[in-house]
Amino acid sequence: MPQAGPGVSPVEGVTYVGIDTLQEQTRLKALRRGYTFNLLVVGRSGLGKSTFVNTLFKATVARRKSGEEEPLPSTTEVKTVSSSLSEGGVRLNLTITDTPGFGDHINNENCWEPIVSYIEAQYGRYLQEEQKVDRLLHIPDTRIHCCVYFIPPTGHSLSSLDVEVLQRLDKIVNVVPVVAKADTLTLEERAAFKERIRADLSDHAIKVYPLQEYEDLDDAPENMKIRERLPFAVVGSTTWHEIHGKKLLGRRSNWGLVEVENKSHNDFAYMRDMLIRTHMQDLIGSTAERHYENFRRARLSTKTTSKVNIVNGQDTDHMEDLNESKI
Amino acid sequence: MFRSQKTLQSKREMFFKTDGGSGGGGSGGGGGGTPLAAPTTAPPAPPVTAPSTAPPPPPANTTGPASTPASVASIKEQLLTTKERKEHKDEENKENKLVKELVKERRPREVDGYVGFANLPNQVYRKAVKRGFEFSLMVVGESGLGKSTLINSMFLSDIYSNDHPGPSHRVKKTVQVETTKVLLKENGVNLMLTVVDTPGFGDAVDNSDCWQPITDYVETKYEEYLNCESRVNRTQISDSRVHCCLYFIAPSGHGLKPLDVEFMRRLHDKVNIIPVIAKADTLTPDECQHLKKQVLNEIAQHKIKIYEFPDEEGDAAGSKMKQRVPFAVVGSNTTVEVEGKKVRGRKYPWGIVEVENIEHCDFIPLRNMMIRTHMQDLKDVTNNVHYENYRCRKLAGVGGADGKIKVSNKNPLAQMEEEKKEHTNRMKKMETEMEQVFEMKVKEKMSKLTELEADLQKRNESMRKKLEADLSELDEERERFEHERKAWEAANGITVEELRRKSLESISRETSSLASSSTTSGGSQKSSPKFSRTYSLPRHKFKQNEQCNQQ
Repeated sequence: MPQAGPGVSPVEGVTYVGIDTLQEQTRLKALRRGYTFNLLVVGRSGLGKSTFVNTLFKATVARRKSGEEEPLPSTTEVKTVSSSLSEGGVRLNLTITDTPGFGDHINNENCWEPIVSYIEAQYGRYLQEEQKVDRLLHIPDTRIHCCVYFIPPTGHSLSSLDVEVLQRLDKIVNVVPVVAKADTLTLEERAAFKERIRADLSDHAIKVYPLQEYEDLDDAPENMKIRERLPFAVVGSTTWHEIHGKKLLGRRSNWGLVEVENKSHNDFAYMRDMLIRTHMQDLIGSTAERHYENFRRARLSTKTTSKVNIVNGQDTDHMEDLNESKI
Repeated sequence: MFRSQKTLQSKREMFFKTDGGSGGGGSGGGGGGTPLAAPTTAPPAPPVTAPSTAPPPPPANTTGPASTPASVASIKEQLLTTKERKEHKDEENKENKLVKELVKERRPREVDGYVGFANLPNQVYRKAVKRGFEFSLMVVGESGLGKSTLINSMFLSDIYSNDHPGPSHRVKKTVQVETTKVLLKENGVNLMLTVVDTPGFGDAVDNSDCWQPITDYVETKYEEYLNCESRVNRTQISDSRVHCCLYFIAPSGHGLKPLDVEFMRRLHDKVNIIPVIAKADTLTPDECQHLKKQVLNEIAQHKIKIYEFPDEEGDAAGSKMKQRVPFAVVGSNTTVEVEGKKVRGRKYPWGIVEVENIEHCDFIPLRNMMIRTHMQDLKDVTNNVHYENYRCRKLAGVGGADGKIKVSNKNPLAQMEEEKKEHTNRMKKMETEMEQVFEMKVKEKMSKLTELEADLQKRNESMRKKLEADLSELDEERERFEHERKAWEAANGITVEELRRKSLESISRETSSLASSSTTSGGSQKSSPKFSRTYSLPRHKFKQNEQCNQQ
């Protein structure tokens, strides 16, 4: 039944037009095409990144270190693992990008460089596709939609490395900071730690997702709640335990069982809800609308002026690529 | 072989036993024969052990009371067979050395009645208690691993309290070494505890050489002790050397980080390192075991020598505890209530971790082994092994002869060779560096000079152009002037030459009139400038004439 808008008189005779089927049509189309989501996890080794991602999507999607340790890469590497998940007929092409070797060395200067250039390379690739004369209708989207940054649970504050990396990442991608291995901290310690991290983030003007400036008014109260809880203190686990007949995901120690899904134990449930159930589309959209557009603007405006501004070391390469691709 | 050894031993016992008064160092030598390997590695075992290993005297024992060294030697010869002579020679040399050291040692004899030297331990004890003990403990690790909390838990007092907060609460930019001295008393025994903390370790983005301040500190302490020891007037030396270093490993589950390996490799031959896995309540028991194995593997792989708790016989519990190395610990500043008792622990929503529960973490084994059983051993190893190594290195490096015979890894010659090589390498490096710098400077100078040259040339050009422009202008003007003159001459029908003649004539007329009337001062003044003016500026006069003519 079409709704009567202001100034529009309801149609007499109640003929059903069928505008509301638009929603259904988009849904069917999306189902056929499937969604793409690219997640980047950044953090030192041993913080439980792979476990967390596996827990999040309830499937082995991340590159997991086996029992025998792989040799530590001498510089930060960027490795991707793609998988296709399906739930309720909805297909999700999920790509998890991992960064082994980040922050693990004695000298960690510029360990963020490979990550930043990877993100910008993805934007560059999309831009290239977009600018082709003969371009695909549906450009494969490899841009990073969300970056989860793992903070080690020291209990003090953000380390200098964290601050450096976050300052660089928040301008090019949606960053969600997360306190890893939250079962190290008691509840009071956790609250104090989060306070200090929030203070540090605002001191250094690091803008984390959800961004305050660009949100719709409808989302504001929800985002406010999320922001109060930032950074999420999570625990990841893929082992099931049985307690009182119930099967639970968690970590069992001699003194108790840490439940992953229990909201009083950690923020995993909140994080999962935000990341997947409520804000996933927003993440994808904001990457396309905001971060990609920023990148595009910067890239194209430097191209129009005869001088080449070296924004980052990759610029000249991309310039050549762009020129070559113009057929 | 075995039988011959046994007979050898029994024969040895046999003739040593009869030594009532010979200075043969008998039982000491006999006892020293068997555990000869041991004294070089373990701290010098007190002579008490020697007689305990000597088996009871064999029945046939009648090599008379021949107690002079000469007869002893002859008996020795008789006892030896040709086969065993060689081994015996080696052992003999070792024995001789031990003999020199344990000269007055003899097989203990029970005394009848009570003399009273059984009281000696008590005297030693009382003296030591009066003097008090010193212990210096260093804690190293990244910030946030719970070092201060562990220290508080271990010594059951708030060494780092809210009044003077520990280093974790202060932001550090560079690695520093801070000491805190606390005097603890328990049952009348005083312990002066020095806690050395290293805030800022491993916290920066670039952590190269962050172990340098720590190494320097340790060596400084050794140096101080060495100086105290070498003084002519020696008073009671206060031992501030670092006796034990607790290295905190983050419970990441992946073993040692490159920083950990580097640090331990640099300090394992300077100080006793006890690796400790921090915040162990992060790990489940399986993960804990896995991590411990991983850490031990990596330590063995990198050939790091950590402190090994010595085995004591009859201490089964101790050896079980020893298997838990590296210790996975949890510390706590707060007490929580568990089943009515107040214990130190951490309260989580899913349970309570008790610090002093051996099922939960290895805090108890660590504390017991470090304080209750092996504190003295730690100090001894520091004194005898690490300090001696340092002393060797220091004194051999200076070039002087070393007084003590010490089992060290290199002899001084090899060390000198290495130093020479190092020196030449360094020289080469410096040379290349200087060459580079020189080249750079030359390039700079060249570029500057070329710039100046270009500059000068430009200026030259511009000046020349200006001059040419001026010249051409002047030429133009002169032409114009010529034109005018010609025009004027043509117009007036008279040339410049004639005008000049005329003016000269008028001047000569004036001068003659002046000569006649020299008294008129005003006129002379007026006329002399006129005179000079006409000579210097004929044109001026010419102009005046022109004006006159026109008028």
